[in-house]
Amino acid sequence: MVLGKRIGKQSIKLDSKPKIISAYSVVGPKEGEGPLSEYFDLILKDDLNGQKSYEKAESSILYKAITECIKKAKIQETDINYLLAGDLLNQISSSNFAARDLDIPFIGLYGACSTMTESLSLGAMIMEGGFANYLLAATSSHFSSAERQFRYPLEYGSQRHPTAHWTVTGAGAMILGKTGNYPYISYVTTGKVKDYGITDVNNMGASMAPAAIDTIKQHFQDTGRGPGDYDLIATGDLGKYGKDITSKLLKEYGYDIEKKYIDCGDEIYGSSQETNAGGSGCGCSAVVDCGYIYKNMLSGKLKRVLILSTGALLSTTSSLQGETIPGIAHAVAIEYGG
Amino acid sequence: MQVKENKIKEKFHKVTDESSPKSKLAKNCVYAFIVGGLICDIGQFFYNLLISNGVSMEDTSTWVTIIMIFIGALLTGIGIYDKIANFAGAGTVVPITGFANSIVAPAIEFKKEGYILGVGAKMFTIAGPVLVYGIGSSIILGVIYYFISR
Amino acid sequence: MDYLMAFIVGGLICVIGQILMDKTSFTPARIVVCFVTLGVILGALNIYGTIVKVGKAGATVPLPGFGYSLAKATIKEVDSKGIIGAFTGGIKGTAGGIGAAILFGYIMALIFNPKTKE
Repeated sequence: MVLGKRIGKQSIKLDSKPKIISAYSVVGPKEGEGPLSEYFDLILKDDLNGQKSYEKAESSILYKAITECIKKAKIQETDINYLLAGDLLNQISSSNFAARDLDIPFIGLYGACSTMTESLSLGAMIMEGGFANYLLAATSSHFSSAERQFRYPLEYGSQRHPTAHWTVTGAGAMILGKTGNYPYISYVTTGKVKDYGITDVNNMGASMAPAAIDTIKQHFQDTGRGPGDYDLIATGDLGKYGKDITSKLLKEYGYDIEKKYIDCGDEIYGSSQETNAGGSGCGCSAVVDCGYIYKNMLSGKLKRVLILSTGALLSTTSSLQGETIPGIAHAVAIEYGG
Repeated sequence: MQVKENKIKEKFHKVTDESSPKSKLAKNCVYAFIVGGLICDIGQFFYNLLISNGVSMEDTSTWVTIIMIFIGALLTGIGIYDKIANFAGAGTVVPITGFANSIVAPAIEFKKEGYILGVGAKMFTIAGPVLVYGIGSSIILGVIYYFISR
Repeated sequence: MDYLMAFIVGGLICVIGQILMDKTSFTPARIVVCFVTLGVILGALNIYGTIVKVGKAGATVPLPGFGYSLAKATIKEVDSKGIIGAFTGGIKGTAGGIGAAILFGYIMALIFNPKTKE
């Protein structure tokens, strides 16, 4: 018997209220020097994590986040029915190789930087359907592995644009369970791909903003909620400038989220860290969600949060072929004691 | 709803331009000028040094190119070139040291994929076009010149 | 005096590059290709030769100077060897630079590793 129901056009109400029973975040040294450092579970001293390549490092960081998250939940690896994970690397190799060393049935996902809420929403639906007792959603990103795949070799002398983002080195993992007194997922809204014609690969924030705007608008329309129903609305990595665009254009739809609105990419680095528009990457929203947001919910500071990871769905060849950059954003509403 | 979205799509580009940060063109140009000029002065130093030691003009030209490429390569290997490039911009991209940087950076980076398919294959991913278009246009030029000067 | 002119001319060429970088959507790679090709064309038309006389290293060190070397060498080779010189001249003239790039690129890859950006 399937609980819960579809509401509106793109949302699901989760009657079984899947609980986030544990969350773990690992970050690199630069993130560990940022304003949210106290909320991360582990700050690495070396972003190679003792590995021989950046890709291997990213996979090891993801593996660490997953295994520590399982320890924190006081369950066994074999108790978990599904691992949902993805990352930015070609063929999601970071997740594949992390999953190779785990004894958990694995579903790999690609949503670019939207993977955290993508995996959480799918996970919530799997739980709601009664198909799992425990489910783990995780994702990672790494500055150096993303640079060498999407942009330039590390030692190349290029000048970063004012709207450029800095890929976060980090991994986040969350475990969903059926029982216990924990923050739970109440609604998920699955986003559509939105492309408003941005071609500039140095302006990721603007390319993802349309998707964020559309998903937030749809979430409010489907659920009948408004900005006032949430203590915090957090997008993944629109950065300083994408956040501004999102805020302004949502007002056109009649929603003023400005007072409740943060963007993980905008928050994760301090202004002295010279990251221009802010952080990006799957790890960005993951570590902020698993660290800052989850811990503030546990402590009661935040009671109802809407998180949206945002992804830019370009490939290393699409821009060269003149394609514009499509974006996607998935929303997950988390509540605790509210 | 579709009508509303179209309206917002139109507003989107206007809002994007409004939200864009101002470019720091003046500051960037000053740094580009200073760093670019200094790199050229280093070249001038070696040029003068070699000429005054009796090396022919043609050989000196070649030697200065080789020396500047070595300097760019070394600074890239040590890890300084990209730090300078961050504020100098075109001041580090335009001189021939930038050409060296664009070869050494991928060579170092793709070492992880081996010396043949990594270093060997990827060394010219960024600098390749310079050679293709530079040499290519010189060949076309040569052919045109040959027929014009007959 | 050499140093002053080299500084000014070299600096100015870089400023043109900076303006292109900031004001257009040209990537550094495209700009550098344009500069080298421009150097070939201006070298052939004898215009760049004048800039070199004035700016010395300020004109030869930037990438248009590489294009100028290519053009100069090609013309010289065509004058002495005929049409085959069109194919051999450019590479012959810049062989030093290309050889150096390959050798030093490889050596640096042997010695150094990329460093994390902060």
